[in-house]
Amino acid sequence: MTTTATAPAAAPTAALVAGRRQRSRRRGAVTGALAVTLLAVVAVTLMVGDTFYTPDEVLRVIVGQTVPGASFTVGELRLPRMALGVLAGLAFGMAGVTFQTMLRNPLASPDVIGISSGASAAAVVGIVVLKLGETTVAFLALAAALVTALVIYLLSRRGGFAGARLILIGIGVAALLDSVVTYLLSRAAQWDLQTAMQWLTGSLNGAAWPAVAPLAIACLVIVPLLLLLERDLGLLRLGDDSAASLGVRVGVVRLVVIIGAVCLLAFATAAAGPIAFVAFMSGPIAARLVGPGASLLLPSGLVGALLVLVADVVGQFAFGHRYPVGVVTGVLGAPYLLFLLIRTNRSGGSL
Amino acid sequence: MTTAHQLATHDLTLAYGDRVVVEELDLDVAPGRITAIVGANGCGKSTLLRALARLVVPHAGRVVLDGEALHRRPSREVARLLGLLPQSPVAPEGITVADLVGRGRHPHQRLLARFSAADYAAVAAALEATGTLDLADRSIDELSGGQRQRVWIAMALAQETDILLLDEPTTFLDVAHQIEVLDLLTDLNRERGTTVVMVLHDLNLAARYADELVAVREGRVLASGAPGDIVTPALVQEVFGLTSRVIPDPVSGTPLVLPAGRHHRVA
Repeated sequence: MTTTATAPAAAPTAALVAGRRQRSRRRGAVTGALAVTLLAVVAVTLMVGDTFYTPDEVLRVIVGQTVPGASFTVGELRLPRMALGVLAGLAFGMAGVTFQTMLRNPLASPDVIGISSGASAAAVVGIVVLKLGETTVAFLALAAALVTALVIYLLSRRGGFAGARLILIGIGVAALLDSVVTYLLSRAAQWDLQTAMQWLTGSLNGAAWPAVAPLAIACLVIVPLLLLLERDLGLLRLGDDSAASLGVRVGVVRLVVIIGAVCLLAFATAAAGPIAFVAFMSGPIAARLVGPGASLLLPSGLVGALLVLVADVVGQFAFGHRYPVGVVTGVLGAPYLLFLLIRTNRSGGSL
Repeated sequence: MTTAHQLATHDLTLAYGDRVVVEELDLDVAPGRITAIVGANGCGKSTLLRALARLVVPHAGRVVLDGEALHRRPSREVARLLGLLPQSPVAPEGITVADLVGRGRHPHQRLLARFSAADYAAVAAALEATGTLDLADRSIDELSGGQRQRVWIAMALAQETDILLLDEPTTFLDVAHQIEVLDLLTDLNRERGTTVVMVLHDLNLAARYADELVAVREGRVLASGAPGDIVTPALVQEVFGLTSRVIPDPVSGTPLVLPAGRHHRVA
């Protein structure tokens, strides 16, 4: 085999190398540009607000010096808010694109197929019915997201794993869970309602370091794991049979990747609420930017972080009233969902 | 191609739940030859091929590659010896031909390793062999059915396996493209000694292109051997429930089955 492989002339190989280089350059350039933009937005969110602080003041706060006024506003308010926005966006973006890639369908994002709804419903039950504290509620939401994912997976497994069936079942489960939430809210006390709303729209309000820390740790563990499995995940896009015959352990990879993505999503939801449609939009936007066939995990994470940060700035300052970030992303995401459904219908494809 | 790898099944039973699809089947795939599996719809031939590719876990019995149970061997190692072209493979939207064929290199690549010179050479060779080199930078969505099928075969070739399994590689192709694909597989077999096992619908094309024919009915092998030895009106009757005449193919000399149907009579 090796003798025949090296036989062809150098010319076709050179063309292949050039083509591949060109595509990977585009990927690198886009990813770099996303990272730079994100850094810029991060800088702006730290400096701009009701009071403006110079980059110098912000940097001094970050390295730990005491700056009158800035130490509190930047150090205690803006920094944790920014960190939560970046991490939650990263987690949502990566979790979303992982599901979309694995199920080969842009509709298959965890916020469309009910996993976020599972977390929200459990949180609302915890707050309204069980009167639990903040940390317990977060863990309850995490467990519920995992259980919801498991239930959807098992329900859609009958007679082999099918992506379209999983999506439809997931949408049904989401509707069921959302109705539980609506029912509980209609009976909730005024004070509980305030807390519970956080779990429904998603918001960076009141972000503080203790809430950011668990998400940061989850990202540190899971993001590298997903990046390691990225090539296997990419091969799943060829179909389970092709992937398996290329040496991918389909069942194992799918299980690890699902658990990883659900955990990311659940930790992000526990910290910031289900920021609407970020998981759903990030992957397709990244795909448009990076080009077809490329690995999307990192670009999607960056797009997700950008979406959350920019939407939060818009929600805070663009209107007379301060809106939570989830309202803004919801306004962006809903039309996109419709567009996707209409396009799917037109091309005559099934889900 | 130093050694020809031996693929065989022993007492293989395959089942979906309680429904047994293949029963106690013994099959030795002839190394370095082209084997075609033929049979009526739902006779278990595709399931058998999937089991040979390690995609179906045997209910009982085993699939053996070089004397070792296929399911005991690590999947990447198997993927370096044995490639599969499924019946309806899925291409990621917008992927270029070169990138798609490059995916075939997966079992040869180490974790996080970059595309190596050997990988490029294998992809170039695969594209050249399938006549798709000039399509390398095109998007797979723009290609015709015949071109696309050649690209999928190229991906399997880039995998550089000694055994190539194909599930109905000619479906959805017009007759010219069917012949083109089968000619290509014959070239591969002759030039590289690749063992080819394919499920084929068209009995006459199977008889023309295969060295070995395996006729399957209801999960059992009814007959196997050289097409000239086994294809008879009686076999066609047994496998497909069809009256027919079998004459020597004037083009290739292999058996040519002329089905009668209800409105014609076998002379």
